[in-house]
Amino acid sequence: MLNEYLQVLKFEWMLIAIIFILLFIKVGSKEWKNETLLYSINFLLLANLIVGFFYNLPGSLFNGMFHSNDLIFLQKSILNLGVYLISLIAYPWLKEHKHLLEFYILLLSTLLGMFFMISSGNLLIFYLGLELSTIPLAALANFDLEKRKSSEAAMKMIISSAFSSALMLFGISLLYGVTGSLFFNEIALLIHGGPMEIFIFILILGGFSFKMSVVPFHLWTADVYEGAPVAVTAYLSVISKSAILFIFMTVMFTVFRNLEPQWYFMIFLMSVLTILIGNLFAIRQDNMKRFLAFSSIAQVGFILIGLSGVSKMGMASVIYFLLIYLFSNIAAFGVISIVSASTGKENVSDFKGFYKTNPFLSWVMAIALFSLAGVPPTAGFFGKFFLIMAGAERGNYVWITFAALNMIISFYYYLRVVKTMFMDENENPIQKILVPALPKLAMMICLLGIICTGFLSWIYETIYNLCNF
Amino acid sequence: MNLTLFLLFPLFTAVAILIAQNSKQIRTIALGGSLLQLGMAVKLLLAYYKERAAGNTSQMLFEYIQNWFTPLGLQYHIGVDGISIAMILLTSFIVVAGILVSWNMETLSKEFFFLLVLLSLGAYGFFISLDIFTMFFFLEVAVIPKFLLIGIWGSGKKEYSAMKLALMLMGGSALIMVGIFGIYFNSHTSNGAHTFDILLLSKMNIPIEIQKLFFPFAFLGFGIFTAIFPFHTWVPDGHASAPTAASMFLAGISMKLGGYGCLRVATFLMPDAAHAYSWVIILLATIAIIYGAFATMMQTDLKYINAYSSVSHCGFVLLGIGMLTHTSITGAVMQMVSHGLMTALFFAAIGMIYSRTHTRMVAQLGGLLKIMPFISTVFVIAGLSSLGLPGFSGFVSEMTIFMGSWQNPDKMYRLATILACASIVVTAVYILRAAGKTIMGPITNQSYEKLSDASWNEKFAAVVLISGILIVGIAPFWLINLIEPGTEIIINKLGAVISH
Repeated sequence: MLNEYLQVLKFEWMLIAIIFILLFIKVGSKEWKNETLLYSINFLLLANLIVGFFYNLPGSLFNGMFHSNDLIFLQKSILNLGVYLISLIAYPWLKEHKHLLEFYILLLSTLLGMFFMISSGNLLIFYLGLELSTIPLAALANFDLEKRKSSEAAMKMIISSAFSSALMLFGISLLYGVTGSLFFNEIALLIHGGPMEIFIFILILGGFSFKMSVVPFHLWTADVYEGAPVAVTAYLSVISKSAILFIFMTVMFTVFRNLEPQWYFMIFLMSVLTILIGNLFAIRQDNMKRFLAFSSIAQVGFILIGLSGVSKMGMASVIYFLLIYLFSNIAAFGVISIVSASTGKENVSDFKGFYKTNPFLSWVMAIALFSLAGVPPTAGFFGKFFLIMAGAERGNYVWITFAALNMIISFYYYLRVVKTMFMDENENPIQKILVPALPKLAMMICLLGIICTGFLSWIYETIYNLCNF
Repeated sequence: MNLTLFLLFPLFTAVAILIAQNSKQIRTIALGGSLLQLGMAVKLLLAYYKERAAGNTSQMLFEYIQNWFTPLGLQYHIGVDGISIAMILLTSFIVVAGILVSWNMETLSKEFFFLLVLLSLGAYGFFISLDIFTMFFFLEVAVIPKFLLIGIWGSGKKEYSAMKLALMLMGGSALIMVGIFGIYFNSHTSNGAHTFDILLLSKMNIPIEIQKLFFPFAFLGFGIFTAIFPFHTWVPDGHASAPTAASMFLAGISMKLGGYGCLRVATFLMPDAAHAYSWVIILLATIAIIYGAFATMMQTDLKYINAYSSVSHCGFVLLGIGMLTHTSITGAVMQMVSHGLMTALFFAAIGMIYSRTHTRMVAQLGGLLKIMPFISTVFVIAGLSSLGLPGFSGFVSEMTIFMGSWQNPDKMYRLATILACASIVVTAVYILRAAGKTIMGPITNQSYEKLSDASWNEKFAAVVLISGILIVGIAPFWLINLIEPGTEIIINKLGAVISH
């Protein structure tokens, strides 16, 4: 019995242990040097990532409120990997930071929240995890303590997520009123598509859409991404989004399975709007972070296509795409993070002539952007192809054609950045930047991921076989 | 013969280029790699003849299948028939010539040769693929190198051209993607799964209404790669702005990917729709031929002249495919080979002239035959081949297309054939005018008199391409015998459609 509590909750125990270690260091009297601390924390995160692959026991606890299976373990490992990579790329920024320990404590708390959220089989624990994963994030968004924009981002974030939580909570309470249960699998049987249930569904979908920044609930995204420190932006756009999408998939496929004819159309509409608006706004952005914010909005639109497949293939392609998206986006944010930490420049136009001075960083950025655009031989191509393929199975070729044509627009703005780095002339480009070892390691892992995740088909096959649709 | 070597060799060459020390090593590796590929291509040809002589009549030779993304039914399925071998030979000729022409590339030479090799990798992969997914993959692999080659090493309004080319080709890919999803989800193998395998798909009968829905996507998508009217506008800008080797690759190899795809994927797998839409294809092709020819007349820049004439010549490829007769499709494949060789030669000659005189304007050039006899001769040979002089490859391939087109008794098709034939006169006008103005006449600029003739590498490149043109021109039956078994299978599938 004890063993079960240890193993099923292993990911959570690991995080709690790390958080406690950090707390002890914080309250302890010994003064640590930032660099030593960073190296040790990164080592802990690496250990956390590796341990995640062993001694996993599928099972369910607390009468099914918390459950885990191999797919969920995989999802948690993907998140662990992302957090490790983000921690590596944040090195140049955190090295100078006074409150590094708090940063990690808050970061890992949100991750803990996400783990509970992914594993939840009950709306209560789901909501608990959701809140644990959002409230510390607002504090994180404020971590550039001297910058007003950072505070603004935190404020926007807390207000908008409070609003979305309220929507979601309203939906959950009505759902409890209608069905009398909070368990996912019980509710699923009691929903048949009455008007009240559709209303509830819309409320909950709205709450999710806020977190995933799906149009028309995307307005907070660009401002928060721009104001928050680069590492936090990366965390928001990769980890937070992936976690929400994982649980969103479960909720859609289990709880609202009977409403599928209704929600298919809603998802269709939202996806089309999301892709279009994300793309059109991304074209004109000059701030790199804002640009990636809008591009990531558009990416979610593509993910919704895969999700609409409502099949094993759709589920697998979404998870697979998120893994690739993680590598690509973190690589792109890694470059921005290094440039921003050493020069403070974050605009696209600052990157003019970047290739002449920093060929390595330029290639990392270019390959990451190609992967986001979905051009082979990067893995992004496979990811996007499979997403659209999963959607095409339903035979909605209007949607597919629309998405395919929108890939041209997205290709344009990604290429625009590549063009700026490789082709534009600049009198005084960004000086040569010495990339520290840890971020370099992160970028190498990301590059490896971007190249290999596509070609090695067993990664997809593993995910596919784990999907318990 | 292991066809995967055609992917591994360029890959190793690319890696070796990355770890090379200086530009001399880089170009030696690139040339060595490309010569090795040429040797492999010749060996493949010989092996093909040997298999056929031994009585192997299967549609594809040297097949190899490896499951890839098993749950989705994707495969790494490769194999060649005569058509693909012709294309592979063409590619390897042009790669050798292209690398030789850019021998003195000093700015960022590592990246330059790396991208060239990557581009050739995409082309080889495309031609050996028998699975639409891998085919599509390799088709897109080539897009990024094109963008970077034009944007970084190009001239003129290079950023604009690079972006235009990349976006239009991406648009083509997007259409192809929709088309192949349509094919995939309407295919049913014996165990109920879907497949991208061309050989399996060709044995299934996709319902005609499905074909009619998705044929336009696939054909137009591939058509954009081969400059179908009205989506040809990337060709002039892209070719004109690209560095010499990239122009050669673009016109010589890249545009052929489209033609090959139109034939192998769109027409072969959806023959009913090909019949239904053949009049549209012929209409667009005829417009491209006539419009391309007249647009060329108005150009003053040598590269634009060749680029617009490429639009016209690739129109012949589409015309040949659209006519759907055995002879015309054979002619279309021949025209792809022939146009690839001669247009690459033309761009090479223009590049040689440009690198010396620093101008490509016809009006500013003159009397070059007196100064650089070798380059001028190459220029004239390319021009004469382009206007279809007997003895060169252009004549036989265009002649075959016209013969094949005439076999189609419909009056509209006859009219299209006559119009296409008439365009050759226009071709003669612009080619002879450009050649006469630049090569003959008085020397317009005294500073040109000091210029040197071709260096060894340029001579080598020209000889490689000219020998290809002459082989096709003088002994066309070799090429015809090579590609005919391939076209016959396609035409048989089309014939089955006509009869039912």
